[in-house]
Amino acid sequence: MNAQDSGSGWFESLDSGDVGAAVGVIRDGSGTEPREWAQEAIDNGAVPDESTYYNWLHEATLAAAREETTERELADDQQLIHAIRSLDDCERVTNELTERLAEWAGTHDADATVDTDFIRELAAMETDNAVKEQMSRFASRVVALDEETQELREFVERRTPDVAPNLATLAGPELAARLISLAGGIEDLAKKPSGTVQVLGAEESLFAHLGGSAPSPKHGVIYLHEAVRDTPPANRGSAARALAGKLSIAARIDHYSGEYRPSLEAELDDRIERIRARDAE
Amino acid sequence: MTLPEGVERQEFDGDTGLATRGEPVYGEPVRDGWRRWDPSRSKLGSMLDLGMDTGLSGGETVLYLGAAAGTTVSHVADFAGPTYAVEFAPRPMRDLVLAAEDRENLFPLLKDARDPDSYSHIVEPVDILLQDVATRGQAAVAVANRRFLADDGLLLMAIKARSEDVTGDPEAVFENVLDELRESYEILETTRLEPYHDDHLGVIARPA
Repeated sequence: MNAQDSGSGWFESLDSGDVGAAVGVIRDGSGTEPREWAQEAIDNGAVPDESTYYNWLHEATLAAAREETTERELADDQQLIHAIRSLDDCERVTNELTERLAEWAGTHDADATVDTDFIRELAAMETDNAVKEQMSRFASRVVALDEETQELREFVERRTPDVAPNLATLAGPELAARLISLAGGIEDLAKKPSGTVQVLGAEESLFAHLGGSAPSPKHGVIYLHEAVRDTPPANRGSAARALAGKLSIAARIDHYSGEYRPSLEAELDDRIERIRARDAE
Repeated sequence: MTLPEGVERQEFDGDTGLATRGEPVYGEPVRDGWRRWDPSRSKLGSMLDLGMDTGLSGGETVLYLGAAAGTTVSHVADFAGPTYAVEFAPRPMRDLVLAAEDRENLFPLLKDARDPDSYSHIVEPVDILLQDVATRGQAAVAVANRRFLADDGLLLMAIKARSEDVTGDPEAVFENVLDELRESYEILETTRLEPYHDDHLGVIARPA
């Protein structure tokens, strides 16, 4: 019931009035062109008249909206963690294979480069040569893996705001997902002190520091955030501390109340601005 | 300029304002079956109140993009015909579902307005395309959903400057969005929605 032909309405091949089956098609179906669906449903005998059609559509859209809303509101942070880790793995493996291929292709073509565009050319190449044919088929797998990486990234961007709306707004969906992943879950993240959030992802440097052989890390994965990255090095530690504080608050609101609080963003901007202004003094 | 049939100015506690007939949705004042339609809570309400020529006469088929919790679209469904309400976020959809339960002609769709393929098998060609989405790329959404609009239909849209560029000058932002809209639409009228909505531009356009 998932894939609808581009030319058919949601009611196609359903028993008239069957709301349960209609929900699946409302949710997962698609089309490329709107048509006079009520009239078509009458013409092909799916419904006797217009009011029956709209009643059925009303019941089906309500049921679909209720069902999917419930599911999305119960979105699972553990699923998100699997997704962001899969994204990282895909990206890493794509890079490794791209390098491997570029090295191989370099023996045939002096212009071989380590980038996706070159791999795409390789995948699209037409050849009678058995070696190049093997290389090209390999390249098409790498291209597919690269596309899957993008799919995973979009999946993470769509899902994170459901799991943690405030954290996703403040950190951006991808960094928010990374923090949840590093902590082990939204609840785990909510319970960490902000000093820990500040250095999540910098475990290696942290342990080196604790072992007495290095200075304390100023930031972990939150370095990806512009509030840290775009602050001059002298103030970066302060910016990281301020950001981690706000991110901790966001994670706690997301876990304990789930209410969206837009003022957090302004508070953070204000704080970072003041930290950066210290330079001017 | 006349109000659509089903929308009237009614008196509420000595104060006159727009109203439609229907079950109350969000705690709005009600009198004799009329529910007050507050222009400061609704972009379309403000467009009507400010006298923009919306072309609405009542009974139209409508696709509403960015329905949120259903404040505006519930009023629309009170005077329009089949009304399709697209909203992407689950939380407001919960409230929209409640508004739709009382309105047989209101069809809630938990869909992304940037992906019209995901509801083209459900939504029929419409007379009115209403858009109030608070995301970057508002023009792209209107252009992508052009397919639903009948050739003699109208796009009624509120552009939110801050959604495109938080720091940019609103007038410059509006110009950019309108330029992009002109790919697919002919702009008929634009009006700033102050004092009801800061940094919003009401736009009426027809398919080019």
